[in-house]
Amino acid sequence: MPDGTVWGALAEFRNPAALLEAARRVREAGYRHFDAHSPFPVHGLERAMGLKRSWVPLFVLVLGLGGAAGGMLLQWWVSAVEYPLVVSGKPFFSWPAFVPIMFECGVLGGALGALGGFLALSRLPRHHHPLFASAAFERMSDDRFFLSIEARDERFDRRSTVELLSGAGAAHVELLPLPGKEA
Amino acid sequence: MVAAGHGAREGVGITVREVSLPAGHPLLKACWIAGGLGVLALVAAFALGGLGPRFWASYWTAWLWGATVAVGGLFFVLLHHVTRAGWSVAVRRLAEHVAGTLPVLAVLAVPALLAAGELFPWIGGHGAGELGAAAHDPLLEHKEPFLNAGFFYLRSAFYLVAWSLLGWWFRRTSLRQDATGDPGLTRRLQTLSAPGLVVFGLTLSFAAFDWVMSLDPHWYSTIFGVYLFAGSTVSILALLILLGIVFERRGPLAGVVTPEHYHDLGKLLFGFVVFWAYIAFSQFMLIWYGNIPEETVWYAHRLEHGWKPVTLALALGHFVLPFFYLLSRDVKRRRPLIAGASVWLLLVHYLDLYWLVMPAVAADGAFAPHWLDLVTLVAVAGILLGAFGWLARRPALVPVADPRLPESLSFENM
Repeated sequence: MPDGTVWGALAEFRNPAALLEAARRVREAGYRHFDAHSPFPVHGLERAMGLKRSWVPLFVLVLGLGGAAGGMLLQWWVSAVEYPLVVSGKPFFSWPAFVPIMFECGVLGGALGALGGFLALSRLPRHHHPLFASAAFERMSDDRFFLSIEARDERFDRRSTVELLSGAGAAHVELLPLPGKEA
Repeated sequence: MVAAGHGAREGVGITVREVSLPAGHPLLKACWIAGGLGVLALVAAFALGGLGPRFWASYWTAWLWGATVAVGGLFFVLLHHVTRAGWSVAVRRLAEHVAGTLPVLAVLAVPALLAAGELFPWIGGHGAGELGAAAHDPLLEHKEPFLNAGFFYLRSAFYLVAWSLLGWWFRRTSLRQDATGDPGLTRRLQTLSAPGLVVFGLTLSFAAFDWVMSLDPHWYSTIFGVYLFAGSTVSILALLILLGIVFERRGPLAGVVTPEHYHDLGKLLFGFVVFWAYIAFSQFMLIWYGNIPEETVWYAHRLEHGWKPVTLALALGHFVLPFFYLLSRDVKRRRPLIAGASVWLLLVHYLDLYWLVMPAVAADGAFAPHWLDLVTLVAVAGILLGAFGWLARRPALVPVADPRLPESLSFENM
């Protein structure tokens, strides 16, 4: 149950295999608001955590097709509606010549969709995250692997959650305070 | 050094016997039946086809289809080695067998090359297409040092021999590793794949110019070799997916070839469908934009004389439909769905070659399908399947001693 002063628990692991096993156990215990942190992708981690498929590809598809359509629309409007000029004796709406730009606009849309979609779904950018309150967490991008369970999860309990993480082979477990509070 | 006899057992433990076809296996029987049908079709075509320009046009199109698929197998093997790929080890042997059919194709090419006068207007005399005797054509006279029968036969022989030798050597060395377990053989394969690719690139480009582009000797396109390469690669990827599924479901490769492999092959298939469209459209757009009659005549022909629907069908069937279909991750991982796409693309590749060849050689250049088109295609496909079966009948269907086989068996896509 949500805890008034605690944001969640953070457990540190020494190697990816331990992280994988712990993630499995946490998921099997029924937690849903938890995350794993590691310096490099760990094979099988998404499956162990029970993560659903990402929505980013949908962003890419929609913005990619939209970009292509937009590019074609732009060229049509410019060449056939607003500034009709005869270039090389070609028709005003010379679609073969428009294809490369339409393609590139599609690629641009897709790329922006991927980046924007990823940032939006990750709720980034943000100026601070409660995990930064941990001194140990600095090694997340170095040589340690972490599992964090948020207190807003229904099954969160100061004692049993910490016990679960310790029992799963954590080298170190700590409780992190909500920003502005003491744990 | 381990002379394991049945393939290295360390780490993976797959024996040759586990992944090879026993004599009388239904799949082998299917190959023999296909081969028999192919020979029958070939005989029927030659006996009843009339041996005129229309016959040779059919035969040549069907042969080109078989040759581009088989040489695609060679490309896959070379590419696998030069990139030191791990994921594709489980399907490489199948590609090696496909490439191993190149000598059979070389033999099948002989009648067509001997009858080249019925196909190539510049060889002189028979007046295939709109051109008459080459002697009065200043452009053909100018090209004569290259486009002459002797040099053409020499080059054709060179392409076929080079491909056959490469296909043979890469397959044989890979098979040898099954027996000896020598990892040094992988090194050799990798080292020689690089010059192999150079030879492949040059020979395929020039074969495209010689065998397809010169059917219309006034026309040229510098990207033509790449265009044929693109179609060839789409075809081999499609064929490998089909072979993988068949040998996994009906053969001994269950648990060895998996949806992970179909997914990766499917991703490449998608990529090369886009690549084909890119090359095809580039060729079209540059000629359209330059608007030079000498070049546009080739496309103009394919938008008239009944060819326009075929051109549209090609654009739709070779690009638009497969593009949207193969986007989906699920489609690439489900056997019936990806198999359907593969069959479709192999057929559409034939349509592509038909569209390249027929307007140049059919009597008045009009679109007029003929029963010979189907019979010759059945002949080539059947004979190639029979040859594949013969090559695949004994060896392991997977390189059991390849050092990266464990990686290929255990990798997972996202």
